[in-house]
Amino acid sequence: MSAPSLRMATAEPRWLRWTLTGIGLAFLFFFLALPLLAVFYEALAGGWSAYLQALKEPETLHAVGLTLFIALFVMPFNVMVGVAAAWAIAKFEFRGKSLLITLIDLPFAVSPVVVGLVFLLIFGAQGIFGPWLSAHDVKIVFALPGMVIVTLFITFPFVARELIPLMQAQGREEEEAAISLGATGWNMFWRVTLPNIKWGLLYGVILANARAMGEFGAVSVVSGHIRGETNTLPLHVEILYNEYNAVGAFASASVLALLALVTLVAKTLVEWQMRRETETLDTVLPAEAVRSKE
Amino acid sequence: MNKRVLPGFGLSLGVTLVYLSLLILLPLSGLVFKSSSLSLTQFWDIASGERALASYRVTFGASLLAALINALFGLIVAWMLVRYPFPGKRLVDSLVDLPFALPTAVAGITLATLYAGNGWIGRHLEPLGLKVAFTPLGIVVALTFISLPFVVRTLQPVIEDIEPEIEEAAASLGASRLHTFTRVLFPAIFPALLTGFTLAFSRAIGEYGSVIFIAGNMPLISEITPLLIISKLEQYDVVGATALACVMLAISFLLLLGVNAIQWWAANRHQGDHQGPERASQ
Repeated sequence: MSAPSLRMATAEPRWLRWTLTGIGLAFLFFFLALPLLAVFYEALAGGWSAYLQALKEPETLHAVGLTLFIALFVMPFNVMVGVAAAWAIAKFEFRGKSLLITLIDLPFAVSPVVVGLVFLLIFGAQGIFGPWLSAHDVKIVFALPGMVIVTLFITFPFVARELIPLMQAQGREEEEAAISLGATGWNMFWRVTLPNIKWGLLYGVILANARAMGEFGAVSVVSGHIRGETNTLPLHVEILYNEYNAVGAFASASVLALLALVTLVAKTLVEWQMRRETETLDTVLPAEAVRSKE
Repeated sequence: MNKRVLPGFGLSLGVTLVYLSLLILLPLSGLVFKSSSLSLTQFWDIASGERALASYRVTFGASLLAALINALFGLIVAWMLVRYPFPGKRLVDSLVDLPFALPTAVAGITLATLYAGNGWIGRHLEPLGLKVAFTPLGIVVALTFISLPFVVRTLQPVIEDIEPEIEEAAASLGASRLHTFTRVLFPAIFPALLTGFTLAFSRAIGEYGSVIFIAGNMPLISEITPLLIISKLEQYDVVGATALACVMLAISFLLLLGVNAIQWWAANRHQGDHQGPERASQ
């Protein structure tokens, strides 16, 4: 069979390609691009000065600060436990491994509202530790600690999920070589493992961070909605919107949308970096393999 | 062969198990423990109350519709992104993840504004008699938005991995393009499509933030189960909220197991394919 007719038989006809591309792009336009445009349009509907004025409200600034604080606070926990989980799962064989992987995914499956309720039942006034906490004047629910705890819950899977397949694909050889050459465990980790996984780790951190900054349901249940105290930026958006302060709500929303765009750009850059590294690996390795055979 | 050459197994597994137990497993079992203060009939009465049943209908109906919409359009988008060249493709590809990056509250107020009677989209739909914002249809729109990336992102690598040889083989054996798609390509990507669909569905039934702004939140009509849990909490009906949360948690578990089962099935199916010719050659 000649090349053109084979090509015609293994690709869709041109009219179909154009139709499908049109449908796909229209779907993405109405569901993604238009909402994104609308956030900024609505935020600027009252002009730049009203926009900036809305952002300069002390409560808005406090909400921005609180959102960033929580996101930064949970990051080291996610990195440490994510790397630990991925190390155990990707480099060793043990019983119950697939169960452990499923359990790590659990926070993705549970409704954020249920997550918030769970911690309310533990630390709330009528909760398991409620009487003890109030006797010792420790506030967890309707205060910052509770909001941090639910964010830790919600963001737990991201880093491990990103690292497990990556570290499984990389195998054990490099680390085993480092150990057999006399490196200590920490030396091996800093010199071999971390350089190998740094982009995957960063990718996981970016995703976890986006979720931490944007979480609404779980944080809403345990925050108590105290203005200027336990209001994160997403909760602040809700309050302003319910007060019919559209410009204020969309001004705060536009900050979150900007952070989302930063997340997308950072994520794309890391993806390109990871792809480039695997490509150079692919082109270097066969050459080396040939050389070693000679 | 000594598998434990590498250090840190005990430490890393220990840290993981302790963290997982303290942060996730013990708190979740606390929920089940709390609901055990209810007798079975009490639990059943709450879980099958009129408002609860209506909320399941709304939640599952809208989630199913949203997941179906995403399965159909997600397949088209993934196919387009892998196979067809068009300008701005990389930008479009990056934009697909927007629902993962954009906070749900932002999505909620924006979609509510777009689909309201005077919004950019609602303005054109209402003359046609189609009210979206503040109706169950609005819930479908919000859930479609937040679960949009799942199908696209699970399908993309699978479509990329399809070897052109199998399409060429089908074509050279005289199959039409439609035939090749339905008999060769679709079976190859079906497990991934099903996984993406289940992930999207599972994300949608738990969603709260984006829905409450666009739903109208009328009890029995456009009230989702997570919102019913919240309103029970606000009325200090902690027991009622706990019972409903247990129902949601059980469903989440089932869906998680479902996703695992699909992946296991897909992996074993492929193993069978690979073993076939080997056995034949022996």
